[in-house]
Amino acid sequence: MLNKDLIIIGGGSGGLCAAISAKKQGINDILILEQDQEAGGILNQCIHNGFGLHTFKEELTGPAFAQRLKDEAKQLNIPIWLNTNVTKVTKDKIVTCINDNGLWQIKAKAIIFTVGCYERSLGAIMTPGTRPSGIYTAGQAQKYLNQDGYLVGKDIFILGSGDIGLIMARRMVLEGAKVHGVAEIMPYSNGLKRNIVQCLNDYDIPLYLSHTVSKIIGKDKLEAIEISPVDKNLKIIPNSAKRFKVDTLLLSVGLIPENSLIQDLNIPLDKKTKGPIVDENLQFYDGMFAAGNGLHVHDLVDYVANEATQAGINAYHYLNNNLSKGKLHKIINKDNIGYCLPQQFHEDAKPFKLSFRVTKPISKAKIQFYDNDNLIKEIIKLNLFPAEMITININDDILNKINNDLSIKVVEINA
Amino acid sequence: MHKQLICINCPKGCIIDVNYDNNKIIDIQGNSCPQGAKYVESELFHPTRMLTSTVRINNGIHNMLSVQTDKPIPKEMIFPIMKELKKVKVDAPIHINDIIIENVLNTGVNIIATRSMEIK
Repeated sequence: MLNKDLIIIGGGSGGLCAAISAKKQGINDILILEQDQEAGGILNQCIHNGFGLHTFKEELTGPAFAQRLKDEAKQLNIPIWLNTNVTKVTKDKIVTCINDNGLWQIKAKAIIFTVGCYERSLGAIMTPGTRPSGIYTAGQAQKYLNQDGYLVGKDIFILGSGDIGLIMARRMVLEGAKVHGVAEIMPYSNGLKRNIVQCLNDYDIPLYLSHTVSKIIGKDKLEAIEISPVDKNLKIIPNSAKRFKVDTLLLSVGLIPENSLIQDLNIPLDKKTKGPIVDENLQFYDGMFAAGNGLHVHDLVDYVANEATQAGINAYHYLNNNLSKGKLHKIINKDNIGYCLPQQFHEDAKPFKLSFRVTKPISKAKIQFYDNDNLIKEIIKLNLFPAEMITININDDILNKINNDLSIKVVEINA
Repeated sequence: MHKQLICINCPKGCIIDVNYDNNKIIDIQGNSCPQGAKYVESELFHPTRMLTSTVRINNGIHNMLSVQTDKPIPKEMIFPIMKELKKVKVDAPIHINDIIIENVLNTGVNIIATRSMEIK
């Protein structure tokens, strides 16, 4: 059996950043396991720009952002096994993987899971109608177009206004397709505002808010779809359908962290994030860390980079027996909080970053921190959106006052 | 005249209110950095965009190589330049920032590679 100090599962932006930071800290014996034929993950197919403003202080395309990380990992002599699929991880940190050279078992002292996420597909959203060909997730169509060079259709409709959907709307128009519209079930878009402007408005693509696809029509090949408005409870309003003759339906209806390896360990996942339950060190089990979109779905790769960099540092401290370990305090989500990370922290925790999402758009809010029922801190924040993760530093002014669990509330202030 | 614009410089997407006459900004509000003011000026009087796309590549690990304009281009040049990109086929290896088309359609803008690609 091979031995490694640190194994990183997944060589996308998270895995590369974790490896680079771990190596810089002083872990020499690192191995990245990557299932694809190259490192860089999803960035390689995200050819649009807008990445890296925080990390590199300039605006890069996805491939260029990935290139910088790949080049740095190469310079630091970090080995990456490509075309390698991890099939199993055990609690004593034996990683089983398979590639062209055979089946491998590697014993690690620490593991970082930077496994990324997958797209919700048609099966997950129960749209009525037939199941013809011509229905793709947006990321699938993006890979076919940007890496393989195939445009999946000529007349497109997009369900879901997440960023990948918006980006693909523009991309397919540029390549000569007609995008008939984007439907979003919520009354607001889940994409970044800049993408509404430069992907939809620039090309006069209509955005149907509070609408969803209510019927799929076509025997073998998609022939048309219908969209309908939804009521406040997101239920379709009958007899109000509008039909579009399209050959392609793209789905941009959410991302789910890919955590089958962790589920196989019988370690519970957070029901909201669908990722593991971590402490302030991003650790979910002794010596096992998680970061990036496998932990929770991030808005920006810059945030993935920050989190994964921190995971690399934490893995180093773990190997040097230098991580906080005491009793755990839970973080409890109260009013208007969708999810919160980490989900718990140690009583001897050093200051850490807390990330959370709100459940609805709020223009002005008080963010309140409680030790059980005692209010210990309050912060005013403006313009909170579910699509935008909010990050707050949890410093000693909070940590020193916590004796029980930490509850967090977002209280709407009416103007 | 008054207009509300959303700045596209960064993912923050500031909502900017601007009063302007034919060729001059009178006052602007809502931008949280100087880039926002520049964006409004450009968007009102000569809108530009960065263009990212792909060109065909021989012998690479993918069929397509990702490329971009090295500067923003006038909005009306987007589709003419897309047409030019369709005519191009390059050979691996390519290094990031290699010039794929120099001074495309006399815009003074180069098309450059946004990644390196080794021979397969």
